[in-house]
Amino acid sequence: MKILRFLPALGLLLACWASAAAPERVVVLGGALTEIVYSFGAQNRLVGVDQSSVYPAAATRLPKVGYYRSFSVEGVLSLKPDLILASDQAGPPEALAQLRRMGKRVVILPSAANLTALEQRIYGVAGALQLREDGRSKVAQLRSQLAQLRQHKPAAPQASALVLFSRGGTPEGAGRDTAADSTLQLAGFRNVLARQVGYKPLSLEGIAQLQPQYLVTTSMSLTALGGMEKLLALPGVAQTPAVRQGNVLVLDDLLLLGFGPRLPEAITQLQHMPSKASGEPQQGQAK
Amino acid sequence: MSAAVLTKPHSERHTRSPAGVTLLLAFCLLLLLMLSLVKGAVSIPLQALPNMVWGDIPAEQVELTMWQSLLIEVRLPRALFAALAGGVLALTGVLAQALFRNPLAEPALVGMVSGGALGAVSIIVLGGGSFLLLAPAAFIGSLITTVCAYHLGRRYPGVAGLLLAGVAINAICFSLIGLFTYWADETQLRTLTFWNMGSLAGARWSLLAWLTPWLLAGSLLALRYWRGLNALLLGEREALHLGFPIKALRRQLIVLMALLVGPLVAATGGIGFIGLVVPHLLRMILGADHRHLLPAAMLGGACALVAADWLARIVVMPAELPIGIVTSLIGGPFFLYLLIKGRPA
Repeated sequence: MKILRFLPALGLLLACWASAAAPERVVVLGGALTEIVYSFGAQNRLVGVDQSSVYPAAATRLPKVGYYRSFSVEGVLSLKPDLILASDQAGPPEALAQLRRMGKRVVILPSAANLTALEQRIYGVAGALQLREDGRSKVAQLRSQLAQLRQHKPAAPQASALVLFSRGGTPEGAGRDTAADSTLQLAGFRNVLARQVGYKPLSLEGIAQLQPQYLVTTSMSLTALGGMEKLLALPGVAQTPAVRQGNVLVLDDLLLLGFGPRLPEAITQLQHMPSKASGEPQQGQAK
Repeated sequence: MSAAVLTKPHSERHTRSPAGVTLLLAFCLLLLLMLSLVKGAVSIPLQALPNMVWGDIPAEQVELTMWQSLLIEVRLPRALFAALAGGVLALTGVLAQALFRNPLAEPALVGMVSGGALGAVSIIVLGGGSFLLLAPAAFIGSLITTVCAYHLGRRYPGVAGLLLAGVAINAICFSLIGLFTYWADETQLRTLTFWNMGSLAGARWSLLAWLTPWLLAGSLLALRYWRGLNALLLGEREALHLGFPIKALRRQLIVLMALLVGPLVAATGGIGFIGLVVPHLLRMILGADHRHLLPAAMLGGACALVAADWLARIVVMPAELPIGIVTSLIGGPFFLYLLIKGRPA
């Protein structure tokens, strides 16, 4: 009987502990993770992000602590975070170690572009934000969406595609072991740059020689390259079957390169590329 | 200050007391170190400092503990590292200018920095990447480029030979670094990018523990060369007649510079212009006597880099700029000014 008297106190204690542990000031280092935080509707807890957090647009208005690969320790500290969500590519490693030594909670999540890592990212963010239930339902939803998409036959099975993007005006191509490559494969395409590893500069002659049937690029790349007309007029690009048949798709950067919670949407958009000449290049729904 | 100094006739330039200037620089360095410790993305009130150093911190003062660990973990190693790196860069600038007998010789311009970077990068991409291997590789790279620059630079009178040699050496080194970046994977790339612009963000106590004894010993050794450097000012033949073993002196200086610049570059990447701007300013104020110039350059370089690092940290808060951008932004115009003015000092 005596023990019952303690129960309310115990409950109160647990509630206090739970509320104390739920992080309220979160800094994210890595755009893919920011997107996951938004997908839980937990953006009100974000106090800062890195420069790669470009989706959704609201994220770009949060204070920036630099690019996640070379973020500023002091910048993060000045936002007084109680949780730092970092991609395993965030760094320099010493900076993360410094944050930890100063008693900050740093949760590092895998950045690899495969489904296991994506689920780990979602679970990890959910766990750190104490939204485990949302994490589970998000992953379940993702799995069922992907299963559905697998049944959907792509427009042309194993059609060849080239992912072309650009950071500073020179075209680069996505080879093996990239998020773009994984997304492409999940959508049922064959990457014409499968023999190359990573993102590398691409020669215009090389593009012509690869003869991709589909051309995929990102909205930021298009800006860097000077717009759709400039891209289509690039010598080499103009000679590809993709451009001749109008099979050009533009996706938003994190949709194609982020391997985030919108993966099913990316796959859907890739699979719905027209297979016949339609004259006009397809503009993806970049939200 | 500089405008007044520049317009003074030659004879008056040397009248400043070297001890006074050195003391002033030391005082400036202390002030700048204080400033960079206290001000940043997180501001620490000055009155909290004594409590942090001597006083006990009450358990409820969470903020105070945060400030304390920020000071000890982040700012102090970084400020000390900036002072050390700046001092060594300016010192090697003075050495290079005396050895090459050329006012424009500077570790970055003549290729010592890019050579060191190439050495470090090749180790990172080809294998390992531990600092134990990095520093010797950077030293070897730096040594090779310094020797090349020296011999090529001597073939032409005046500034042209050395600068052209520097241009070619830098181009070769940076293109080889570019080639390595093509082989590098994503993680290595991240480590490589900072060589382009330099960074002090890697400053930590363990790195300081490695570098400080090394760099301080090298710098103290360099300070002892002031007589030889003064003799070189007169000309190699004159120095020889005065009894200085020129060949040995030259060899020792080249190795010494590479020993200083190489390992530093391995830790900071390329930070340009400190080795050019600081020695020139001080030569205008103090004259060319290396006995005073060498220690003053160390202090001045330390001041310059601590200040530049502080600017890099506060200009785009809460993010930060690569420090090479700040030093080039200030050093670049000064370099142009030197070129326009001809051969000062």
